[in-house]
Amino acid sequence: MAYMKRSPWIIHYDGSSCNGCDIEVLACLTPLYDVERFGIINTGNPKHADILVVTGSVNEQSRQVIRNIYDQMPEPKVVVAFGICACSGGVFRECYNVDGGIDQVIPVDVYVPGCPVRPEQIIDGVVRALGVLEEKRARMKSGEPAEAGV
Amino acid sequence: MINVLFAVAFLVLAPILGGLIAGIDRKLTARMQGRVGPPVLQPFYDVGKLLEKEHVIVSVSQNFFVLAYLVFIAFSGALFFAGGDLLLVVFALTLAHVLLVLGAYSATSPYSFIGAERELVQLMAYEPMVILAAAGFYLATGSFSVMEIAAFPRPLIAVLPGIFIGLFYVLTMKLRKSPFDIATSHHAHQEIVKGVTTEFSGSTLGMVEVAHWYETVFLLGLFWLFFAWSPVIAVIALAILYLAEIFIDNATARVRWGFALRSIWAVTLVLSAANLVWLQYFGGL
Repeated sequence: MAYMKRSPWIIHYDGSSCNGCDIEVLACLTPLYDVERFGIINTGNPKHADILVVTGSVNEQSRQVIRNIYDQMPEPKVVVAFGICACSGGVFRECYNVDGGIDQVIPVDVYVPGCPVRPEQIIDGVVRALGVLEEKRARMKSGEPAEAGV
Repeated sequence: MINVLFAVAFLVLAPILGGLIAGIDRKLTARMQGRVGPPVLQPFYDVGKLLEKEHVIVSVSQNFFVLAYLVFIAFSGALFFAGGDLLLVVFALTLAHVLLVLGAYSATSPYSFIGAERELVQLMAYEPMVILAAAGFYLATGSFSVMEIAAFPRPLIAVLPGIFIGLFYVLTMKLRKSPFDIATSHHAHQEIVKGVTTEFSGSTLGMVEVAHWYETVFLLGLFWLFFAWSPVIAVIALAILYLAEIFIDNATARVRWGFALRSIWAVTLVLSAANLVWLQYFGGL
């Protein structure tokens, strides 16, 4: 059964983004790109979500929040880092108040660089995340932990 | 007089029909917004996925409450389609929603609490209308039995227009559509998180969704009674009714709970009381 790939619900968190990537994420919901075609819904609730979408880099304030959202999501779940800041910290990497990419706090499955990411890239990133999601579901079904190496 | 065959048919077919209606609803909503929209079978994919997810619970009692919610929704629908007592159907439906509220209260989360309180406000708002509708059917046909009301040979819509409009007014709330989707909504995914279903996930949320499909079919069945003398007209009327609901859903913004409660009470009580008085003193058909 591959229902998992047909109904990915995302939750979007802004780590410390400049809002550029956030606006592109929201653009995906508009009539031009309409990600609901693929069953993608932007939920505001970690307990309903399958994909955690993070934009912006991690700092001291967002560290706990990202961890908390991630922990509340039921397995199987994937994390997608949208934008170069979420991937590595981007141009803010060396700043005194920036810890780097999202992978400093939680395991990231798909990295989508860009400044900002284009809606086409976002859709491609989510579709790639679906492959990972399906792998995790299969692992879960065979009794292994969904996260490899945990 | 109970028709067991109809009850079994409802239990088996209602989730399929309800899920399809939900899928068509989402497709039409997307088209009204200028989008392509998800496949018609999307609601089934969603529930299929929810059943595959990890079962995370906040408190053990919510498993029981949500399962009981599904069972009582299915029970009230089955009793309705079997031709049982309309009052018993109405009270079983109320009990089902109280169980959902208890399920939401069993998790100590502020969002779930607000959702539960708003669900109670909704119950308070539409419950008088549903009971008055049952009273109206009794005055018009002389029976509370759904089977006898459905077999009434003349059009009930002609003698119960006030009851019909009042029931249509609360249908928006029962289907969780704008402007009365105050407890939880299919569209707003970021306001008070997800209201009454915030703390439900995985298969528990799937059960809430299936219960909603059962309820949709039951509500359409309730409106069928107004047109039961002619099945062709009934099918056309229900289609128009549901399309109107989708249109209202997309054309209106959510109102505040106080206005929702006041306007529903005002509209439904005035219309149904006038209808009942007229029926009592000037006779039916």
